[in-house]
Amino acid sequence: MIKNKNYILRGGRVVDPSRNVDGVGDIGVCDGMICSPEKLQGAEIIDVKGLVVTPGLIDMHVHLRQPGQTAAETIATGTRAAAAGGFTSIVSMPNTNPPADSSDTIEYIRRHARTDGVVKVLPCGCMSKGLKGEEMAPVGSLKNSGVVALSDDGRCIQNHELMLHVIQYAKSFDLPILDHCEDEQLTCGGVMHHGEWSALLGMKGVMSASEEMMVARDIIFSRMADWKVHIQHISTLESIELVRNARKRKLRITAEVTPHHLALTDEKIKTFDTNFKMSPPLRSADDRQAVLTALKDGTITVIATDHAPHTETAKLVEFDFAPCGIIGLETAIPVCFTELYHSGILSLSELIAKFTTGPAEVLNIDAGTLAEGKPADITLIDPELEFTVDKETFLSKSSNSPFHGTKVKGKAISTIVDGKFIYRDGTLVG
Amino acid sequence: MTEKQLLKSDSDVKTAIAKVAATIVNDFKQGIIDNFVLVGIQVHGVSLAKRLIIEIEQQCGHQAPLGTLDITMYRDDIGIRRMLPIIRETEIPFDINDCNVILVDDVLSSGRTIRAALDALNDYGRPLKIKLAALVDRGNREYPITADYCGMELRVENDEKIIVELNGDEAEDSICKAAWSNRLIANDGTLI
Amino acid sequence: MSITKNVKWSKKDLLSIYDLTAEEINIILDTAEEFKKVSQRNVKKVPALRGKTVVNFFIEPSTRTRMSFELAEQRLSADIINISASTSSLKKGETLLDTVRNIEALQADLIVMRHSAPGAQSFIAKHVSAGILNAGDGAHSHPTQALLDIFTIREKKGSLKGLNVSIIGDIVHSRVARSNIWGLLKLGANVTVAGPSTLVPREFEKIGVRVCHNREAALEGADVVNLLRIQHERQRGGFFPSIGEYSRFFGLNADAAKYLNPDALIMHPGPINRGVELDSSLADGPQSVILEQVTNGLAVRMAVLFLVAGCLEK
Repeated sequence: MIKNKNYILRGGRVVDPSRNVDGVGDIGVCDGMICSPEKLQGAEIIDVKGLVVTPGLIDMHVHLRQPGQTAAETIATGTRAAAAGGFTSIVSMPNTNPPADSSDTIEYIRRHARTDGVVKVLPCGCMSKGLKGEEMAPVGSLKNSGVVALSDDGRCIQNHELMLHVIQYAKSFDLPILDHCEDEQLTCGGVMHHGEWSALLGMKGVMSASEEMMVARDIIFSRMADWKVHIQHISTLESIELVRNARKRKLRITAEVTPHHLALTDEKIKTFDTNFKMSPPLRSADDRQAVLTALKDGTITVIATDHAPHTETAKLVEFDFAPCGIIGLETAIPVCFTELYHSGILSLSELIAKFTTGPAEVLNIDAGTLAEGKPADITLIDPELEFTVDKETFLSKSSNSPFHGTKVKGKAISTIVDGKFIYRDGTLVG
Repeated sequence: MTEKQLLKSDSDVKTAIAKVAATIVNDFKQGIIDNFVLVGIQVHGVSLAKRLIIEIEQQCGHQAPLGTLDITMYRDDIGIRRMLPIIRETEIPFDINDCNVILVDDVLSSGRTIRAALDALNDYGRPLKIKLAALVDRGNREYPITADYCGMELRVENDEKIIVELNGDEAEDSICKAAWSNRLIANDGTLI
Repeated sequence: MSITKNVKWSKKDLLSIYDLTAEEINIILDTAEEFKKVSQRNVKKVPALRGKTVVNFFIEPSTRTRMSFELAEQRLSADIINISASTSSLKKGETLLDTVRNIEALQADLIVMRHSAPGAQSFIAKHVSAGILNAGDGAHSHPTQALLDIFTIREKKGSLKGLNVSIIGDIVHSRVARSNIWGLLKLGANVTVAGPSTLVPREFEKIGVRVCHNREAALEGADVVNLLRIQHERQRGGFFPSIGEYSRFFGLNADAAKYLNPDALIMHPGPINRGVELDSSLADGPQSVILEQVTNGLAVRMAVLFLVAGCLEK
């Protein structure tokens, strides 16, 4: 616990893509805000040599499971997992029980985030009432109660007319649309990617076309409405092609990818481990390669975890019957540093941008920067720390991670929210 | 394989085989076991049986038919000992009903193998008599079983095993002892 | 018998052919050869699994496979319990793992299991110490069927190496096809899968299987043809227009059989739709080994029960 509010982080490698900064330097923190170190005479000096100092990371795709599924996660445990992963702001998805389709639920989430949470929780509201895809949710009221975006994540509005109206209407309230793209007619009861491995394993496959149809639709509607549509957890080569083309034409389309889609492929399913089951499913090696290319060329501007906790009991069943989703907050930085930075695909600055400026631009929020005068949300990362992922160490209430036992390199070791250390040198403190 | 120590050399082994054959021939001549067949227990009993057949023919001109018997399916220790359940060929090319069977194994010890072999033989029919021939009796009996025709007695420690190698004309025969290893063994004594 | 000195069988479960090495497949086939002789004796029973408890846990209906396993267990002198979906507590909402743990608590040594979900047995095997034998998991795997098919081919042809084996029918939904493909490839056969393109995914080419959609091309030069049962529900699923059309273009009849090598074997995992995927004249003809497959299935199942029982931790 830091007693004095003012301190200087000295000698770290400051990587702040919002200001094109990458170099050794000092960061001052004064009254919870970033300030010039010169103004902090006599403040405590914290030596952070060897560490990477970045703006507080943002995860714009998290399932906190509260209200309704608190056996798997709560706002208290989920935000602690976020802190341990280096995230200072997280966007909570609305598919809770009840779904976050009313100001009551949003206010409930914000209240618990204030009392139980340790990082900033930015609620996302539903696009349709009850996530049913039939009627539009009260978008204006949701905006008033503090949502930063709209999504039916986990579901996808199949009614095209309704979807167009939601996009158009959301524009009036300046709320970006985050869409889980899935044509349910083409999902066909699939439990994994439809491709070589589903053929070899005799399992029902989810066609890539299921995602691609809806990505194409969303791009068309985004153009028609001239409004921001963000493609959640993009996973296929052709979806990426569609987004690349749309962005080339300056359409208001962005896309995110999860750490697991950039690190893993459908071959993993041959073990029948239900921690490899998610929606969208792990795709082919070609799809993964397309994801890596798109991260490099800027087609994909955001990495988001789709942190989806499930209890051990829920996952300890036949693969066909297991729920989709894995947790990701505490493995995102280790996996992405290993797969993208240490492998030489992205520079440190390019990688950090996917967790800072990328999501901040989509959500239009005052975060993801170390500019003076901004809230002192800061993450300290040891890029060289090597370890083996151990689910026993997770702060999340759930442990459904496919990365358990994986060797990784790079880890967030301290997390600062509004100037206050809440996670320091690998331990929760706040 | 662990280190072996030679107990009996080529000429000793050949003498012992001849002795076993001679006692069988003696019984045959006295009419105790007319019309007999040899059934070798897989794996080393089979090579001994083949050698006995040659020896018996040389001694009295009688050509005894050969059968082979694998007793793995009849063991009482599957899943108790870490025995690899490898089954070798059982080939009984004659009707054993009303016939005199001489069971052949290289080493007689606890008697459990012979007990299993008797069970197995019973499933093929009802022989007139079953006799037992062994090259080595090493004691340590756990069943009331004894060899009718025996080449020699050898005493070794409980944690040692006897390895009979019959190579015939190709190489020298030998009997050695070696320590039981902790490694897995197949039921023919082969170290895996 | 082709057992080498350094054979190794160390698996407590039989989950899929994909998991087996060529050597392990050969151990099973060699062992099955000896068990086949047991079935030809007057006394057809051995005490190998005396005192062992085997549970046949079928969460999907089965007649043939279950009968074959049950007889195999009886011939090995095991104690047998049969549990089927209707009598199991799965309907009461118990999880599969809990049900199996309850079965295991009754000191079951081996569990023969059929389930509609691919990988269900692999999942269970990781969590229990009883040996698990897969008797079919969805469209994924049916290892004993493939082993008995391969045993039958080996018995008739001596070796699998270089043989041309064609599997014709509903490949995409067939665990028999998948298991056969892996086993045949591991033993060096040339494998062709054929049928309408809605039922035969091209993805199999990636593992070295020839994929074709023309019956005559699949039959030409084949040493073995294995016909798969066509389920009537596939027609309703829109995979082909009618049973009649399927039969006309993809069924094996006397005219089509002329393309086969003269001494080719005709196989079918049963039950046969006579006149659909296979004409009666051929099913009952001299090239057919369909009933021998059933006989061999018993020997193969005795062999795998015996082998895995020898690897249980005590």
